[in-house]
Amino acid sequence: MSTIEKDMLGRAELEDAVRARDREIARLKARLAEWEESYDAIPKRDDLFTTVSGREIRPLYTELDRARAENGDDPLGFPGSYPFTRGPYPTMYRTRLWTMRQFAGFATAEETNARYKYLLEHGQTGLSVAFDFPTLMGFDSDHPRSLGEVGVCGVAISSLADMERLFEGIPLDRVSVSMTINGPAIILFCFYVAAAEKQGVDVGVLRGTVQNDILKEYQAQHAWVFPPEPALRCIVDMFEWCSEHTPKYNPISISGYHIREAGATAAQELAFTLRNGFEYVERGIARGLDVDAFAPRLSFFFDVHNDFFEEIAKLRAARRIWARGMKEKYGATKPDAWRLRTHCQTAGVSLTAQQPENNIVRVAYQAMAAALGGTQSLHTNSMDETLSLPTEKAVRIALRTQQILAHESGVPNTIDPLAGSYFVESLTDELERDALALFDEIDAMGGVVPGIEQGWFQREIASSAMRQQREVESGDRVVVGVNHFLEGSEQLEIETLRIDPAVERRQVAKMAEMRETRDAADVERTLAALSAACAADENVVPRILDCARAYCTLYEIRAAMERVFGAYKEPVFF
Amino acid sequence: MADDDRKIRILVAKPGLDGHDRGAKVIASAFRDAGFEVIYTGLHQTPEMIVAAAVQEDVDVVAMSVLSGAHMTLFPRVRELLAEAGADHVLLTGGGIIPEEDVTALEEQGIGRLFGPGTPTTAAIDYVKEWFATRQQTT
Repeated sequence: MSTIEKDMLGRAELEDAVRARDREIARLKARLAEWEESYDAIPKRDDLFTTVSGREIRPLYTELDRARAENGDDPLGFPGSYPFTRGPYPTMYRTRLWTMRQFAGFATAEETNARYKYLLEHGQTGLSVAFDFPTLMGFDSDHPRSLGEVGVCGVAISSLADMERLFEGIPLDRVSVSMTINGPAIILFCFYVAAAEKQGVDVGVLRGTVQNDILKEYQAQHAWVFPPEPALRCIVDMFEWCSEHTPKYNPISISGYHIREAGATAAQELAFTLRNGFEYVERGIARGLDVDAFAPRLSFFFDVHNDFFEEIAKLRAARRIWARGMKEKYGATKPDAWRLRTHCQTAGVSLTAQQPENNIVRVAYQAMAAALGGTQSLHTNSMDETLSLPTEKAVRIALRTQQILAHESGVPNTIDPLAGSYFVESLTDELERDALALFDEIDAMGGVVPGIEQGWFQREIASSAMRQQREVESGDRVVVGVNHFLEGSEQLEIETLRIDPAVERRQVAKMAEMRETRDAADVERTLAALSAACAADENVVPRILDCARAYCTLYEIRAAMERVFGAYKEPVFF
Repeated sequence: MADDDRKIRILVAKPGLDGHDRGAKVIASAFRDAGFEVIYTGLHQTPEMIVAAAVQEDVDVVAMSVLSGAHMTLFPRVRELLAEAGADHVLLTGGGIIPEEDVTALEEQGIGRLFGPGTPTTAAIDYVKEWFATRQQTT
């Protein structure tokens, strides 16, 4: 009841209203007790009634479980308004469907460029770059550590020359591009900006996202380069530079995906991701940046796993926790700074190598949960990803899955259709409470970085992974085609994509040619200036951009920074 | 303790640049729970680092987890280096995202069994125990 309503009622009427509500609650409780009695009298199936995260689910939720407005703070609000539980935008999919953005990259820039053109021709609406492991770790294709891995798990990008080839014929002022890169993110971002300049594009109009979330790398994904402090400094440099020069570009995508895939539960994914997000906010504020200026460009990335309702609730809780934290704790005053926008990807870890065509169905349910949770963009996994990189056919089915969801299922017609569901609201509240409790644990350790240094995140994630493995091996957690409903020979002969070992030789040869033709003096000068900037505490983005334009390679730039920053050494916890 | 009662020593290794260590950690824990002496290398190991650790720790088995697609380079290289280090008796096994035809090709090159996604940890444990028992009988 609002303050105005309270004022309008006399004291007697108010007391009457309270008594009426108490009577209603008592009546509901009596009905519930009656139902419980009949429920207890009937035998149940022998099954785990828990989510894949191990959360106990009750057989019935009622109005008694619903979130109630407290102190005038409505926990649901309306779409596009605080606390954004019902969605970040007022019109949601009525204005624009989620962006269908399939993560792709393999072999060389030329081959990936052809795949991008194929995807765009088939109705994909944004691009998402998958880099190979050497690139993810900041090694050039011709570095000894890259042997056998060039172009295998993504595209090899070692300099501006590769980036130019990657987007040949793709207008960067019109297509939004997401890049999954973290340790050396700032370097690949500069290659991208320099490639746009080469296309003659005004960099101010660039749209897209670079993942650039180093905290979850230390916690889960493990593609790092520098130690936490200098790495965080580079991220804040990006916030600062992007808010001035590329205002429509997201300089970070704070990612729960890899935390979840490494074994975390839904609540751990939610809590670790948002707490990482708040850590970046604190670092930005500490630099003296205006939170209302940089926070609107922070974006998120969540996993959408098997448990349908828990995943929907997780996305709704994420928006509410973020909005409340940004407003109440960090003092942001602009709604854009409170609004959590997210990309989602279906859960790779839920796919099975056994009976792989079943994965199409898993992906479809997960995609629906993402849409019901109100995602802004979505990647749907291909059925063959536990066997190899996806084939064109498998990728097309994954994209078609999104198109069927968007255009045939009716799901996007109304906003947040599950709001008010006793179950979904109760789960949303529960996940929020769990996340806040985990925040307290992290704060008690002194924050995110000490938690990483002590191996706390790594151990929490590994122990959740082990619990899930035990559930599957005991047969308690049914995985169709893996521990139940077997067909004898589960391995299906399906076509897989293979990367020709010649890719590595071709890429190495191209690098040698590039090293010959560039201006060596320019390379030396820009790299020296970069090392100096790293030591001098000035924003390093303009210096890395100079290096990119001079065709310095990824590893040369990494090395120039590492001379000042040092390299990260993993504390091994097992 | 008689030699055939001793604990089997296993090095769980993550070669290459791939950071996906969920499987490696799960299998390492499972081997430990099954009574093995387990040494885990941590991430981003070169074949040289893995073989040096195997020799230094005097292990019976090296189990590598490879999800990066670089298995055709990494397994033969570690096998070769083990031979050079006089550790031919060490079983080299592992798992990851490895197509069936590559598993066969690697077996022909003297690599032990390679396990794919969805394998129960007990399958890998039983395999190593059987291999060890057979080796004890033949030596």
